[in-house]
Amino acid sequence: MATLELRNVNKTYGAGLPDTLKDIELKIKDGEFLILVGPSGCGKSTLMNCIAGLENISAGSILIDDADVSGMSPKDRDIAMVFQSYALYPTMSVRENIEFGLKIRKMSAAAIDEEVTRVAKLLQIEHLLNRKPGQLSGGQQQRVAMGRALARRPKIYLFDEPLSNLDAKLRVEMRTEMKLMHQRLKTTTVYVTHDQIEAMTLGDKVAVMKDGIIQQFGTPKDIYNDPANLFVASFIGSPPMNFIPLRLQRKDGRLVALLDSGQARCELPLSMTDAGLEDREVILGLRPEQIVLAPSEGNGLPTIRAEVQVTEPTGPDTLVFVNLNQSKVCCRLAPDVAPQVGESLTLQFDPAKVLLFDAATGERLGVLARQQPAERLGNVTQINRN
Amino acid sequence: MTSRVDKPAVSLSRIAIHAVLILACLLYLVPLVVMLLTSFKTPEDISTGNLLSWPSVVTAIGWIKAWGTLDGYFWNSIKITVPAVVISTAIGALNGYVLSMWRFRGSQLFFGLLLFGCFLPFQTVLLPASFTLGKMGLASTTTGLVFVHVVYGLAFTTLFFRNYYVSIPDALVKAARLDGAGFFTIFGKIILPMSTPIIMVCLIWQFTQIWNDFLFGVVFSSGDSQPITVALNNLVNTSTGVKEYNVDMAAAMIAGLPTLLVYIVAGKYFVRGLTAGAVKG
Repeated sequence: MATLELRNVNKTYGAGLPDTLKDIELKIKDGEFLILVGPSGCGKSTLMNCIAGLENISAGSILIDDADVSGMSPKDRDIAMVFQSYALYPTMSVRENIEFGLKIRKMSAAAIDEEVTRVAKLLQIEHLLNRKPGQLSGGQQQRVAMGRALARRPKIYLFDEPLSNLDAKLRVEMRTEMKLMHQRLKTTTVYVTHDQIEAMTLGDKVAVMKDGIIQQFGTPKDIYNDPANLFVASFIGSPPMNFIPLRLQRKDGRLVALLDSGQARCELPLSMTDAGLEDREVILGLRPEQIVLAPSEGNGLPTIRAEVQVTEPTGPDTLVFVNLNQSKVCCRLAPDVAPQVGESLTLQFDPAKVLLFDAATGERLGVLARQQPAERLGNVTQINRN
Repeated sequence: MTSRVDKPAVSLSRIAIHAVLILACLLYLVPLVVMLLTSFKTPEDISTGNLLSWPSVVTAIGWIKAWGTLDGYFWNSIKITVPAVVISTAIGALNGYVLSMWRFRGSQLFFGLLLFGCFLPFQTVLLPASFTLGKMGLASTTTGLVFVHVVYGLAFTTLFFRNYYVSIPDALVKAARLDGAGFFTIFGKIILPMSTPIIMVCLIWQFTQIWNDFLFGVVFSSGDSQPITVALNNLVNTSTGVKEYNVDMAAAMIAGLPTLLVYIVAGKYFVRGLTAGAVKG
C-alpha cells in the first residue's frame, strides 16, 4: 500500500561525465504497475537502483507514501527487488533464501514459518523448499526469487528484467502469471524491461526512457496511440511503425501528404491544420495495422496501388511490404486476403490516424491540433526538455 | 563401432609416452627414496653402501634422535604458523570482500599498491620490520614473528580473495542489502559460505610459505622460540663431530611432513580454487 513519486531526480557519476538520469519526474498511485522501458543504456536500471537505495541520487527526491526516502538506506525503505540474475543465495536452500530477510527483521519463528508456507503455496514451490538454487530450473529459480520478494510484504516491489533469462515460452507464461499476481496482491510495482511487449501487456503506466530522459510517461494506450516523439513511436509496437519521410503541401487550404508507390500517386489529406507545416520536411508515421486493403466499391478514403515486395506470414496475420516514397512500408493484413509477391494491391489509410514528426528533431507535430491541452496534460506528461 | 578407427592397444608412440613419463617419475622420486632409505640406515651402513642400497639393518634410531632435537622447535613452528595462517587468511578475506563488493574511491589504487607486496623480496623488509618490531616491543618474540608473517602474507591473501569475489555477481550483495543485511552479516552469512575453495587455496599457500620460511625465522626469533627450519639448519650445519646423515634425513622429513599433510588433505581444492572464476558456471 504505497504511492511512489520521483521529483526532479538526477544522477551523475561525477562532474564532467554525462548525466545518467536527467530530471526524472513521475508519480504512480497506490497499487499501480509502472513499467520503465527503453533500450539498453537508457538509465532504467540505474533509476531502479536509485529507487531501491542501492545508488544515491545526485539531486531531487524520491517519495514513498509522501515521505522522502532519498537519504534512507535500502533496508529502511521497505521495498523488495527481483533481479535479472535472480541473485539467490547459492549456499542456502530455497526455504532459507525466503527466510533470510524475515530472520534479519527479527520475526518470530512461528510467523516466519507461516509466511514461508503462504508464499510457497502462492507460487507453487512447496516441493522445492529444501532444494538448493543450483538444483532448480530457470523458471523455478525465478519463482523462488519472486517468493523472496513477496515474503516480506513490502510497500513496493521492484522487478529488474525478471523474465529476460527465461526461454520464450516460459517468458509468456510467467508474464501472465505476474499480471495475475499483481491483480491479486495489488502492491505498487516498478518493473524494468527492454521488451516493449512486456511494457504494453503488464503496465498500468509506462515510462519510455532514452539517454536518461523520460521520453513519455502515460498509459500503454497513450504511448501506443499518441507517441510524443519519433523514438517512442519506433520503440513501441511490433512490427514497428512505418516512417515515410516527405514534404507536406497545402492544397485547397488543407495539408496533404503526397505518396508515390512507383505505379501510382495519392494525395493524403491530413487532419492537422497547423500553420507552418507546409513545405517542411516531416516524417509520416503509420502503424502497420492502419494500412488496409481498400474495399472494391470505394468509401471515399484515399487509395493507392502498390506492388508487393515481400510477404511474411506470421500465422494470425501476414505482413506485406510495399514501397512508398522509396521507403519500405509494412502492412498487416489478414492471411486470407494477403496477395502474392509481385501482385499489386490497392491500399487505403485513415488520414485521422496518421502521425507527423519533425524530420530534424523527431518531435511530434500537430499534437495540439488534435487534442485539448487539458486532456493532454492529464494523460501524457512530456518531460523532454531538449 | 568399427574396428577400423580403433588404434591398436599398444603402439610405438604409446610406449614412448609412458617410458618418458615413468622416467620423469623416477627422477622426481629419487631424492625422496634416497632420503627415506638413508634415514633408516645406521651411520656405518651409510659410509659403506651406496646411496640407493637397501639398509642392511633397518633402524629408527635416526628418527628418534632427530625428533629428540626438533621436538620443541616443531611445536614452535606450529605456534607461529597456525595463528599467522588463520589471521592472514581472515584479514585477506575481509580485504577481498571490501575491494570487490564495497568499492570506495581509490580502492583500485589501494589494491594496486597492495599488489606490490607480492613482489617484495623478503630481504628488503628485514630492516624496517625489525625496527618496527623493536618499537612495538615485540623483537625476538613469537608474537612478533607471527605479526611479520601476517603483514607479509596479506598481499597474497587479499589478492586471492579479491579475485575470487570479483566473479561473484553484485546482485547477490544488493539482494542481501535489500533483505536488510549489513556489512558483516552479508560477509558471514552469504559470502563466506561460498568461499570454501579459495579459503583452502589460501590456507595451503600461507601454510607452505610460513612453515617453510627460514629467513624471517632466523632474523626475528632467537633461542628456544626458533621455528623448525632454523633448528633443522642448526642441526645439519653443525661442524663438530661425525656427520649423522640418517638423523639429518629424518629431521628434514619431519620438517617437511606438515606441508605434505596439508596438501594431501586440502589439495583437491587447490587446483579447483586456482582456476575458479576462469570458466563460467
